[in-house]
Amino acid sequence: MQRTANSPQTAGSGSLFPAPKKASRSSMIVAGVLSVFLLLLPVPQLLSEAGIVRLPIRFDQAFLNAAADTAAFTLLALGLNIVVGYAGLLDLGYAAFFAIGTYSYAILASSLFDLHVPFWIMLIVSGIITALFGVVFGAPTLRLRGDYLAIVTLGFGEIVPIFILNLDQLTGGTNGIAGVDKPAIGSIIIGANNDNISFYYLGLLLIALVVFIINRLRDSRMGRAWMAIREDELAAATMGINTTTAKLWAFGLGAALSGFAGTFYGSHLGFASPGQFSFSQSVLILCMVILGGMGNLWGVMLGAVVIYLLQTVVLIQFPTWISNLAKDTDLDFLVNFNQNVRLTDYTFFIYGIILVLFMLFRPEGLISSRRRKLELHPESEKISDQERQDLYDVRETNQSDTDVKGSQP
Amino acid sequence: MDLPSLAEFLQQIINGISRGSVYALIALGYTMVYGIIELINFAHGDIFMLGTFTALTFVAVFGIDSRNSALQDPIALIVVLLLTFVVTMTVTGLLGVLIERFAYRPLRNAPKLAPLISALGVSYILQNVGQVWKGPSNITFPDIIPETFIRIPIGEQFLLIRWKAVIIFSISIAFMILLTFFVQRTKLGKAMRATAQDKTTAQLMGININRTIALTFFIGAALAGAGAILYGMFIKGVQFTIGFVIGLKAFTAAVLGGIGNIPGAMLGGFVIGMVEAMSDTFLETRWTQAVVFAVLILILVFRPSGLLGQRVAEKV
Repeated sequence: MQRTANSPQTAGSGSLFPAPKKASRSSMIVAGVLSVFLLLLPVPQLLSEAGIVRLPIRFDQAFLNAAADTAAFTLLALGLNIVVGYAGLLDLGYAAFFAIGTYSYAILASSLFDLHVPFWIMLIVSGIITALFGVVFGAPTLRLRGDYLAIVTLGFGEIVPIFILNLDQLTGGTNGIAGVDKPAIGSIIIGANNDNISFYYLGLLLIALVVFIINRLRDSRMGRAWMAIREDELAAATMGINTTTAKLWAFGLGAALSGFAGTFYGSHLGFASPGQFSFSQSVLILCMVILGGMGNLWGVMLGAVVIYLLQTVVLIQFPTWISNLAKDTDLDFLVNFNQNVRLTDYTFFIYGIILVLFMLFRPEGLISSRRRKLELHPESEKISDQERQDLYDVRETNQSDTDVKGSQP
Repeated sequence: MDLPSLAEFLQQIINGISRGSVYALIALGYTMVYGIIELINFAHGDIFMLGTFTALTFVAVFGIDSRNSALQDPIALIVVLLLTFVVTMTVTGLLGVLIERFAYRPLRNAPKLAPLISALGVSYILQNVGQVWKGPSNITFPDIIPETFIRIPIGEQFLLIRWKAVIIFSISIAFMILLTFFVQRTKLGKAMRATAQDKTTAQLMGININRTIALTFFIGAALAGAGAILYGMFIKGVQFTIGFVIGLKAFTAAVLGGIGNIPGAMLGGFVIGMVEAMSDTFLETRWTQAVVFAVLILILVFRPSGLLGQRVAEKV
């Protein structure tokens, strides 16, 4: 009953950003350990550059480069989680907003038109631009239900890269835009000389900020409206939630986050090219959300890290590891296997198998939200009766508040 | 821009219809699968791709390849063509059943996103299979039927109709009639319609829904196989990546016609084919893809049930 007891002062305030529920002790510890680990991740590299230690494995700039990109994709996954995980709107064209965000930054902060708007301002501006696109696109389409919305967003996701490719006056066409500005604080340029470490920390900072905002948003009136819509749109509408407004907010905020991520990604990469935003990119982000555990912030972030590293590091390096292993161990079957099968040919095969197996055996994702776990495994013994009760009668003590204000979202 | 002459215009309509015939056949598979289990089967386009590869391999047995095309003896030609259809359609059909059995059936009661991701996974797997099988480069599909034209004079110009276009159009129409007959008039078709309407009730009425759904996948995938042969003969260039875009266009066609609706899928296919052909000629080719998807979005916004679909009341 810990949660219910806490709620009156928290969600009861009715503000847009109520204080989040008190987190449990164990999850605080996990979060603490994780933060320390993430903060210290680049230290071995720094030490080895300074010549203090010799690293046993290659823990180099390429790794930190991947880590910085992972940060961008984590932001994307967090944004898509608002749309898919909270509001339950299936978006198959999320990469389009990512593209708009990246190009907004690349156009306004590069030598293409000799505009050099500072990174920090562009973070907000790209967010606003993508949010506008999200709202303009969402307004006529969001009344569509379920799969139809998925198809419309898929179409949008296909159209945007074509426009980027064809409007070459504005976007540089197939060549893309090179020489995109790096962020700068005063005269210090972040990421000068391909320094990935500062980018990595910048990414962590942005993620922390976004997690803070989303965490509060989730428990706000809007957040609860999203989840009500996800569970049952008709019931939510009957309860007086303006579903169109709530969905538009979800879509707009999700898009804004991709503008955020796009700005960060564009400045890290230093260029924008139309090939980066295909349907498979949308699928990649969606997989992060679903495999991680949609609706759960930790799950989504874990999903982003696992999938991004799987696709860009593990699957690429895997053949090398096997052949090294074959050399080192001299096991006959490994050597034969290594000679007969060119594993580099099978990366997508392995990726596909992982997706299918994951869905078959753990459809709720790596770390699932409890409500979702309950939906998928209703008889699971791990969920106590008390929790079951909690999930369905959220915040009984809070009813008077919802009754009064629920009609004007 | 000069106004197109009547002949040019008619020419594009004919091109569009023949291209659309292929989309239509593939769209039937999407529409049937969606109609029965409400799944956007993203692997369908890749089944189609493997269909082109199967046909390619099979005709090579008879010594037909890109250098040595078209059999001279008309009877041998018809026999080989028939055999190619039978073999390819069986292979793709069985592939469809296999995928349903292992990737979708266990997820039938899971929330909707799970089978969707599973389908995307299968799509990646099939693409990889195609890549390993035939390599990454573009392959030219051989002329199984010799390339001949019908010339119709219109004013000072000629309307060119490829014989192949006539054949493709008639084959796809024939398949649609067969399929409509099957679904509307046979007992198995009745079972399919019942399962699509309400699985539990259908089961109570003694319908084996697992077998019915498997059958739906078989027919859908087999039609994709037929579409694959026609595509190969007509458009020629095949590659392991074609499944995605063709699949997407076919899916657009299915939605356009009203998803779950068989004549609708055919009509949608023809419309998409024509929109493409028109956009290729009167706009620039590089905008064609955008035009197709813009049509998709507009249709969904203004008429979500599609051209022939009926507005269905939401089940509460």
